[in-house]
Amino acid sequence: MEKFLQYSISGLSIGSLYALVALGLVLIYRSTRILNFAHGDMATAGTFFAFTLLGLKIKFLASFVLSLLFGGGVAMAFYFCILIPAQRREATILGQIILTLGLGLIFQGLIAHIWGTEPQSFPFPLSDSKVWNIGGVVISELGLSALGIGLLGSFFLYLLVQKTRLGLAMRATSENLPAAQTLGIPTRRVLSLAWGLAASLGVLAGIFLAPALLLDPFFMLEPFLKGFAAAILGGLNSLPGAIAGSLLLGVAESLAGGYISVAFKNTLAFLIIIAVLIIRPEGLLGKEFRERI
Amino acid sequence: MDLVESYREELRLIRKPWTGFWVALLVAGLLLLPWLSREYITYIFTLIFIYSIGAQGQNLLIGYTGLISFGQAGFLAIGAYTFGHLARLGSPLPVNLLCAGIAAGLFGLLVGFPSLRLKGPYLAIATLGFGITVYQIFANSEILSGGRMGLNVPKLTPFFGLTKPMSIYYFNFFLFLIFTLVSYNLVSSYIGRAFTAIRDNDIAAEVMGVNLTHYKLLSFAISSFYTGVQGGLYALLIGYLEPNMFTFLEAITLFVAVIIGGLASVEGSILGAAFVILVPQIFSSYKTLVPVVFGVTILIVLIFEPSGLFGRWMKMRLYLRNWPFR
Repeated sequence: MEKFLQYSISGLSIGSLYALVALGLVLIYRSTRILNFAHGDMATAGTFFAFTLLGLKIKFLASFVLSLLFGGGVAMAFYFCILIPAQRREATILGQIILTLGLGLIFQGLIAHIWGTEPQSFPFPLSDSKVWNIGGVVISELGLSALGIGLLGSFFLYLLVQKTRLGLAMRATSENLPAAQTLGIPTRRVLSLAWGLAASLGVLAGIFLAPALLLDPFFMLEPFLKGFAAAILGGLNSLPGAIAGSLLLGVAESLAGGYISVAFKNTLAFLIIIAVLIIRPEGLLGKEFRERI
Repeated sequence: MDLVESYREELRLIRKPWTGFWVALLVAGLLLLPWLSREYITYIFTLIFIYSIGAQGQNLLIGYTGLISFGQAGFLAIGAYTFGHLARLGSPLPVNLLCAGIAAGLFGLLVGFPSLRLKGPYLAIATLGFGITVYQIFANSEILSGGRMGLNVPKLTPFFGLTKPMSIYYFNFFLFLIFTLVSYNLVSSYIGRAFTAIRDNDIAAEVMGVNLTHYKLLSFAISSFYTGVQGGLYALLIGYLEPNMFTFLEAITLFVAVIIGGLASVEGSILGAAFVILVPQIFSSYKTLVPVVFGVTILIVLIFEPSGLFGRWMKMRLYLRNWPFR
C-alpha cells in the first residue's frame, strides 16, 4: 500500500508538469485548431535561455521570469511574422500545422548549433536528493515543487480564462472567430496572447523538468509527447480535461513503471492514445464531436 | 494546362512526343551514369532513388489524401528490420522486400484504423507516438535490434558481372522506375481520384459514394508499404541496422522532401528526395544546421510557393513558353 502511495505521489508530481505542457497544447488547439508541433522545441529553447542566464550569474528568479517572457515572445513573434502572413495567403490548417513543424526544426537545429548536443546538467536551487518524508511517503524537494508549480500554474490559467475580461475574449475567439471579430474583440492580439501564454507554460514545465532529465536539445520531446497523450486523454479542446488527463497519465505511467517494467513506461502513453481514440475519441472531458455541413 | 480530349488521353502517362523524348533522354542518362561518374556520385543517386520511393508514398498520403503522418520512421524501421531478419534467414530478395512492405502496411492499418475514423489531426498525433514507440521498442529489445553490435544484413551480390556499386545502383533504379510507374497509375486511377476527392472535400466525396474510412486506410496502408520497401532497400544498401537510424528526424526528412518537392506531384517527390539528400552533403561541415535549412525552406515554401519545387518549375516553363506574351 505504501509502495502504491509512493508511486502515485511521484506520478502526480510528474503529471502536474505534463499538465503544463498539455495546457499549452490545448490552449492553442482550442483557439486556432492548430496542433503546435513546435511546442516542445519552444520549451527547450526557453529552458536553454534560462540555462545561459544562470551561467551569466543572474539570480534564479530573474532568469526564470526572463526565460518565460522569452518563450512567450518567440511564440508571439512566430504568430505575427509567420502564421498571419500564411493565413493571409489562405494557408490550410494542414499547412499551418506543417509551419509549426518547420519552426520546431529551426529551433532544434539552432539549439544544437548554439549549445551543442552534449547533455548538460541544469543548475537548480532545489535539490533532487533532499527528501521530505510525509507519513511514510518520500518525495524530493524537486518533486514537491514540481507538483506545486504545476497546480499553481493550472490554477492561475483557470483564473485567467474564467474570471478576467481577457479570458472572456479568449473564450469568445475560440468559440466563434467571426462573431468575436464583429463584436470588436481584437482577435489577433488575443490569439497571439494565447500563443505566448502557451509557450510560457511550456518553458515553465521545461525548467522544472530539466533538473531531473539532463539538458540536451531533445530533452522535451518525450514530455511533449506525453503532453499530447494527456491532452487526447482529457479531450483536445478542454482545459480541465488536459489537467485531469495529465495527472492520470502521470500516475498510470508511474504505476506501470513500478509494477510492470520501466521499459513499458514510455509505451504506455501511445497505448493510451490508441485506446482513447477507439473507445471515447472526444476524451474524458471533451465535448462530443459534431459535424456541421 | 493542356487540352485533354478523351479519357484515354487523360490516362496516358506521356502525352506529347517531346515529353517522351526528354523522359527517354533522362532515363538513358541515368542508365549511363555509373559508367560516366565517380563512385560517390553513383552512391548519392542510389540514395536519392531509395528516398524517392518513400517520398512518393508519403506524398500519396499528404499530398493526395491530405492526411499527415509523423510515424514514417516507425514504418521505415519495421520495413528495414523485417527485411534484415528475413535476409539473415536466407530467404530470396524479392520476397524480403515484399514482406518488408507488407509488414509496414499491416502496422499502418493497425495505427490508422482508430485515428482515421475521426476528423482532424488525430492521425498526426497517433503516428507521432507510434514512431517514437517503435524506436523505443527496437532500442530496448536486443532480439529485435541485434543487440549493441547492431544487425548485419547481407548485402546485394553483384549480378551480370557488374561491380558492386553499379549492381546496387541498377537494382535500386529498376525498383524506383517500377514504383514511379505504379504511383503515376495509382494517381490517375479511380483510387487516386478518390484520394483527391477526400482531400478536397471529404463530405462531398462521401456523398459521391467514396467510402471515407476505406480509402483513407488504403492510402495510409499504401504509403506505409512504400516506406517499408524504402526501409528494406536502405538496409540492403547500408548492410547494417541499428535503432538510431530511425529517430524522429528521419520521419521529418521524408516529410520535408514532400513539402519542398511539391504536394500532390510524383515528380515533386523525386525532386524533394534529391533536395533532402543533397543538402546534408553540401552542409556536411555544419551538420547541426541541416534541420535549420529544412525548417526555413518549409516556411518559405509554404508561405510563398505552396506548390513546391515542381510548381516553380511548371511556372517557369509556362513563362518561357508564353514569352514575351504574358
